[in-house]
Amino acid sequence: MSATESSRTASSGSLYAARKAIYPKEVEGSFRRIKWGLLAFTLAVYYLLPFVRWDRGPGAPTQAVLVDFPHRRFYFFFIEIWPQEVYYLTGLLILAALVLFLMNAVAGRIWCGYLCPQTVWTDLYLSAERWIEGDARERARKDAGPRTSKIRREKIAKHALWLVIAWWTGGAWVLYFADAPTLVHQLATFQPGVSQAYVWIGIFTFTTYMLAGHMREQVCLYMCPWPRIQAALTDEYALNVTFRYDRGEPRMSLKQGLALRAAGGRAGDCVDCGQCVAVCPTGVDIREGASLGCVQCGLCIDACDGVMAKIGRAPRLIAYDTQMNCERRKSGAAPIFKPLRARTLIYAMLILAIGGMMSLTLATRGDARLSVIHDRNPLAVRLTDGALRNAYTVRFANMSGEPRRFALEVEGLDQAEVEIVGVEPDAQGRFVVVVGPDQTREARALVTLRGDKPSAAQTPIVFVSRDLDSGASVEAKDAFLQP
Amino acid sequence: MSTNEMRETHVKTTGHEWDGIEELDTPLPRWWLITFYATILWSLAYFLVYPSLPTPSGATQGLLGWHSRTAVTQDLDELQKIRGPVMARLATATLEEIEKTPQLLSAARALGAAAFANNCAGCHGAGAQGAKGYPNLNDDEWLWGGRLADIRRTIEHGVRWDADKETRTETMPAFGRDGLLDAGQISLIADEVRALGKLPGAKPAAAGAKLFDDNCSVCHGVDGKGNRDMGAPNLTDALWLFGSDKATIVARIANGGGGVMPAWGNRLDDTTITALTVYVHSLGGGE
Repeated sequence: MSATESSRTASSGSLYAARKAIYPKEVEGSFRRIKWGLLAFTLAVYYLLPFVRWDRGPGAPTQAVLVDFPHRRFYFFFIEIWPQEVYYLTGLLILAALVLFLMNAVAGRIWCGYLCPQTVWTDLYLSAERWIEGDARERARKDAGPRTSKIRREKIAKHALWLVIAWWTGGAWVLYFADAPTLVHQLATFQPGVSQAYVWIGIFTFTTYMLAGHMREQVCLYMCPWPRIQAALTDEYALNVTFRYDRGEPRMSLKQGLALRAAGGRAGDCVDCGQCVAVCPTGVDIREGASLGCVQCGLCIDACDGVMAKIGRAPRLIAYDTQMNCERRKSGAAPIFKPLRARTLIYAMLILAIGGMMSLTLATRGDARLSVIHDRNPLAVRLTDGALRNAYTVRFANMSGEPRRFALEVEGLDQAEVEIVGVEPDAQGRFVVVVGPDQTREARALVTLRGDKPSAAQTPIVFVSRDLDSGASVEAKDAFLQP
Repeated sequence: MSTNEMRETHVKTTGHEWDGIEELDTPLPRWWLITFYATILWSLAYFLVYPSLPTPSGATQGLLGWHSRTAVTQDLDELQKIRGPVMARLATATLEEIEKTPQLLSAARALGAAAFANNCAGCHGAGAQGAKGYPNLNDDEWLWGGRLADIRRTIEHGVRWDADKETRTETMPAFGRDGLLDAGQISLIADEVRALGKLPGAKPAAAGAKLFDDNCSVCHGVDGKGNRDMGAPNLTDALWLFGSDKATIVARIANGGGGVMPAWGNRLDDTTITALTVYVHSLGGGE
């Protein structure tokens, strides 16, 4: 195309396009059933999980899944995470990304189509809309026609129902951050002191209502980065919801097709009924091939299968398949399905390795810790008798549910004596601190060196915190400095 | 349909063309524009409800009546509420009790460290490491005593701080400046002091020992071990506040005097002084 031609086609319209209303039609079939099942399952997990109890002993929270910000703890059933262990969250995020990659390499946008909260809540909102206003055709007719009072009432009812769902969504969200039954009681009886919860419920009510009620496919098309990443990560073997154009094209009406076939011509199985487009929640025409807007929910497969069954043709004209297979069938070759290939194996191995590593560290982590910080200033102190002293801030952590006694020792420097400020030595001369259950205790430790000084300006030393009851110990490395 | 085939996009181009590559003019979604307008409206609302526009008589006050100073006061009140119970115990407990109770000790140390940084670090250094003439509070040498009560008294009333009646007043005479001793005598005493401190190269003489006995032992003791009631340092230990070379010692004897520390009793509240006392005592040298 030359420059003059293209300037003729240059846009002169608005810079901004209004969202085209989409009225997805209801459909029945196997993928719809899978979606209903997953919707029920994910929502049940979301709403019920905060109420699951887990016994952690006296004084500890009884909620199975709890993000306890005031006390800086995260609880997940038998796992308790302290803030300094936030790398487990990093590990979880890496795992989540790899699982997403693996799903994509095997069967495309499984996450988008079935599990993404945006999809699940949009589905929920759509069914509420259908229940009140009727199915696609009816809704389109009502929107196009004059606003009668009945239609107005329906609209009000719909938005009210949406807001109620949105409110419950936000209401469940806050339950993960406080004891759920207590908070429900506080919220239900309008008790003071939970204003923060109201603010968060308000925020989530607003975002849910906007995203699932009004934004819908716009979130997938314009806001979400995953469609872009997914397009770059997919390959020729990854199954995607595909219109089998080798079988479907050339498309024509049933009558024309039958006539052409009777005359010995070739007619595709697609009768161009448009049902695949009618049921699509993002308004995509799957027959144009893979696209960014297609979340691969499989509802067009159900719609097409229904039509094929009615006209007596084989199902799965739209199916989980690949473009490569369409081309191969077209040229008479057998289709290839390769779920096991380098990509999927590497993803699976990475998932196993990282998951295994995380489980191992989680299972073998100790329930006591010791951290030491050397005084920055002064680095070393000379005493009246010529001895040298270094001071440290030590912190004992007791991650168990019982109070424990720790004795502090120092290794690596002969004749060095350790003491803790404010603690009297016990009968054996040990400095012992008691740390309450699930607590830390900070102390100031002094290491004094009388007698021969080491030749090096800096001597590595190891602080040892020994549990006096179990004998187990944890260590922290530091150094003894000379002025 | 093959992948190389161009698909009809139904979108116009901008008219720009580079070597046959054209630029689609895909319109932005309108909600994006609406969101942009919404952010502008939000900022206008901010303008109205918070202090914003500067005028010659000060900024507009905003409909909420929010003020950064009242916000700070509220935060401080909130802080006092959280600290309240511990502060109450700090105010009534004895210094010894505080040091033996882990919770009180850590509270006093935190409070004391902050107060130290604000009030004491100027002379004693950020880590209380001291400097020439300003004692290191981490070591075990104490001019006026290193027990909790001694430290508290020093902080409260200061050292040679005339505005406070109970301040520690004892001062070393200026033996040289006031003509009490001549230069030769001072030199002999300095040699004797260096000998008491077992410093390398010290040259003790009988005359020096006699002069020390006559002039210095009243405060520093016959054996030179000092006297805390007088603020007279121990001259036999390894620590030298001003330095241990002969010139420095000669200058100290000739000019006398001593360090000055303000009295904090009138400037800091009782609990803060308690916390400072515990903090200094817990640095390592406390007795």
